[in-house]
Amino acid sequence: MLQQKHLLGLENYPAEDIQTIIDTAFEFREVLERPIKKVPSLQGKTVVNLFFENSTRTRISFELAQKRLSADTVNFSASSSSLKKGESFKDTAQNIEAMKIDAIVMRHPTPGSPLQLTKYVDAVVINAGDGTHEHPTQAILDMMSLQERFGKVAGLKVGIIGDISHSRVARSDIFGLTSLGAEVTVCGPATLIPPEIEGLGVTVSYDLDAVLEWADAVNVLRIQRERMGVGLFPSVREYRSLFGITVERLERIGKEVVIMHPGPMNRGVEIDSTVADGDQAIILDQVLNGVASRMAILFLLLGGKV
Amino acid sequence: MKIRTQAKQIVLKGGTLFDPLRQTLETGDVFIQDGKIKAVGKIAGPEGAEIIDCTGLIVTHGFCDPHVHFREPGREDKETLKTGANAALAGGFTRVCVMPNTDPPLDSPESIRFVLEKSAELPVHIHPIGAITKGQLGREISEMGAMQFEGAVAFSDDGIPVANGQVMRLALEYSRMVGMPIINHAEDPMIRNEGVMNEGIVSTRLGLPGNPDVAESVMVHRDLELAQLTNAKIHVPHVSTAKAVHHIRQFKNDTSLALTAEVTPHHLYFIDEALSSFNTNLKVAPPIRSEKDRLALIEAVKDGTIDCIATDHAPHTIEEKEATFDLAPFGLIGLESCFGAVNKILGQQSGLSLKTILTLLTLRPRKIMGFETDLFAEGCEAELVVLAADEEWVFGENDIFSRSRNTPFLGETLVGKPRYTIAKGSVAEIG
Repeated sequence: MLQQKHLLGLENYPAEDIQTIIDTAFEFREVLERPIKKVPSLQGKTVVNLFFENSTRTRISFELAQKRLSADTVNFSASSSSLKKGESFKDTAQNIEAMKIDAIVMRHPTPGSPLQLTKYVDAVVINAGDGTHEHPTQAILDMMSLQERFGKVAGLKVGIIGDISHSRVARSDIFGLTSLGAEVTVCGPATLIPPEIEGLGVTVSYDLDAVLEWADAVNVLRIQRERMGVGLFPSVREYRSLFGITVERLERIGKEVVIMHPGPMNRGVEIDSTVADGDQAIILDQVLNGVASRMAILFLLLGGKV
Repeated sequence: MKIRTQAKQIVLKGGTLFDPLRQTLETGDVFIQDGKIKAVGKIAGPEGAEIIDCTGLIVTHGFCDPHVHFREPGREDKETLKTGANAALAGGFTRVCVMPNTDPPLDSPESIRFVLEKSAELPVHIHPIGAITKGQLGREISEMGAMQFEGAVAFSDDGIPVANGQVMRLALEYSRMVGMPIINHAEDPMIRNEGVMNEGIVSTRLGLPGNPDVAESVMVHRDLELAQLTNAKIHVPHVSTAKAVHHIRQFKNDTSLALTAEVTPHHLYFIDEALSSFNTNLKVAPPIRSEKDRLALIEAVKDGTIDCIATDHAPHTIEEKEATFDLAPFGLIGLESCFGAVNKILGQQSGLSLKTILTLLTLRPRKIMGFETDLFAEGCEAELVVLAADEEWVFGENDIFSRSRNTPFLGETLVGKPRYTIAKGSVAEIG
């Protein structure tokens, strides 16, 4: 049903397959609204959630998606793993596969590790975030949320605000959104915009007001305080004044802009609490769509039956 | 590959002889007796001599690599002087210079002697390069005089840039007494930061930390200014960027400056786009750069800004390279694939003559390192390579004689293959 066996990233991923995933996700979204939220689609399939990096929401979202589809799930996290005993990435992967599983959902701190994993195992691999590279399932739920709100993604103007350099969400959003025909502007401190990013088909701006005036929606990225320690931006105070989505700023713009955030939020830093909880924000819709999107991805990649 | 002791008398029959020193190219025979050149020209073969048919093949000086890592002492699981010598023979190399970043580093006369004693019986000439600073720590200059006395041929902290400009200045000044080149791995460590690949659109796409071209060019510029100030010999290793090429070209206008530079086959062959595969065998320092840089390197070879080829042969174990991209060490092996890769890029694709390409692998590095260059002279040790210069072949695991396997050239079609490597009384039949 999908052209590729794995979901490693959205770079060069077929646009029609992204659309298929989103359309399927809307069907599962209906399932999630039912009193009984479980379907037998992936009964008998086994999925391992292989998390080499801490994650709460993505792991729970995947686990719920698996359980709603009646798959058997096993969780593996780095803190409890044999990695600490010196086992290599390859051995860990091959050991898990030897137990006869159907898919691996992996989060790993290193770019490219999901691609590497496909060389060591036959199972379907789904990238749940590889370092600062890609986070394709997040981008798919972002696009689903935009489609829910606007009817379609093509032609939308979307701003991505914050630390673009270290954001896997930004990269997958850029690949996915441009592939579906949206216009993208990235906006953040110049030290957190990676070089030559215009080559990915986006516009760069350092003027948040201008981006908000232009955009239909903005995705507000979490700013990590540890980036400040190495001098990538001087202070939270200045960050907030230049790039914070504040009530005052939105009032000044005087125009409706849809606010998204991949979480976890630093309320009062990159986004005001009032904004996050306000009518313009679709942050909790994103969370629900995340479960539906991941159900769709698992379902389509594991060849489940309706 | 079969390595055997030379027969008492050998005639290399009917090959095309290329003498890089005189730039002459003519059909002829080479008569080798007791490991030495006896005669060159038309030889009516002596009775009982071993005849090696060289019809259709090129016979020239054995290749010389000014920059390899043989890991002994300390990491014999990656390479030893012996396995490294085998890799060299398979690549047509009869003479190599080993970098001192061993464990312990080659930073004393004792360690220089160790390498020379350990490699005395090997069928390839192995010359140690001494460390610029004690322990390669970048703080105090090493005993260059004593190391020269024991047989060091140059000084380098390769792998580790000499970051402190004052230490670099002192090293250059002090090296004037030994008259040997200082070879600094030029990458500003602070600008390079955590970079694991070339900085640009590809690193942005892949989310890998980038190492910008200026990390190299800034330090090359510093080194060239310091070399000019101190009037010392400087050799710039593994030039990878258009910007560094620009500086070297400018400084070569000062003809009083003893400045030379090398480029690796992998920087001529690959571009950063190839890192999209996250192949850890392409993780190397300095990194594989952009197509623009690659073309600038080819241009620099053409106009003489770059003097020679060096492989920077850097073996690492399979286990280390099977790690995720961040954990895998920098470096790749390059001796066995060198000629086929360089000849393909510079010859077939860029139109350089075979004479020029062979000169980059023979005469030029020998001149830089102060080795004998008149190798067809009567009485000279037979130190030759016989090449099938046009042969197209696919580089495979079976062509590797290094103890390690970390090369991005596996599966690549190369142009030109060494057939026999002759040195130190041995003949390697490469097949």
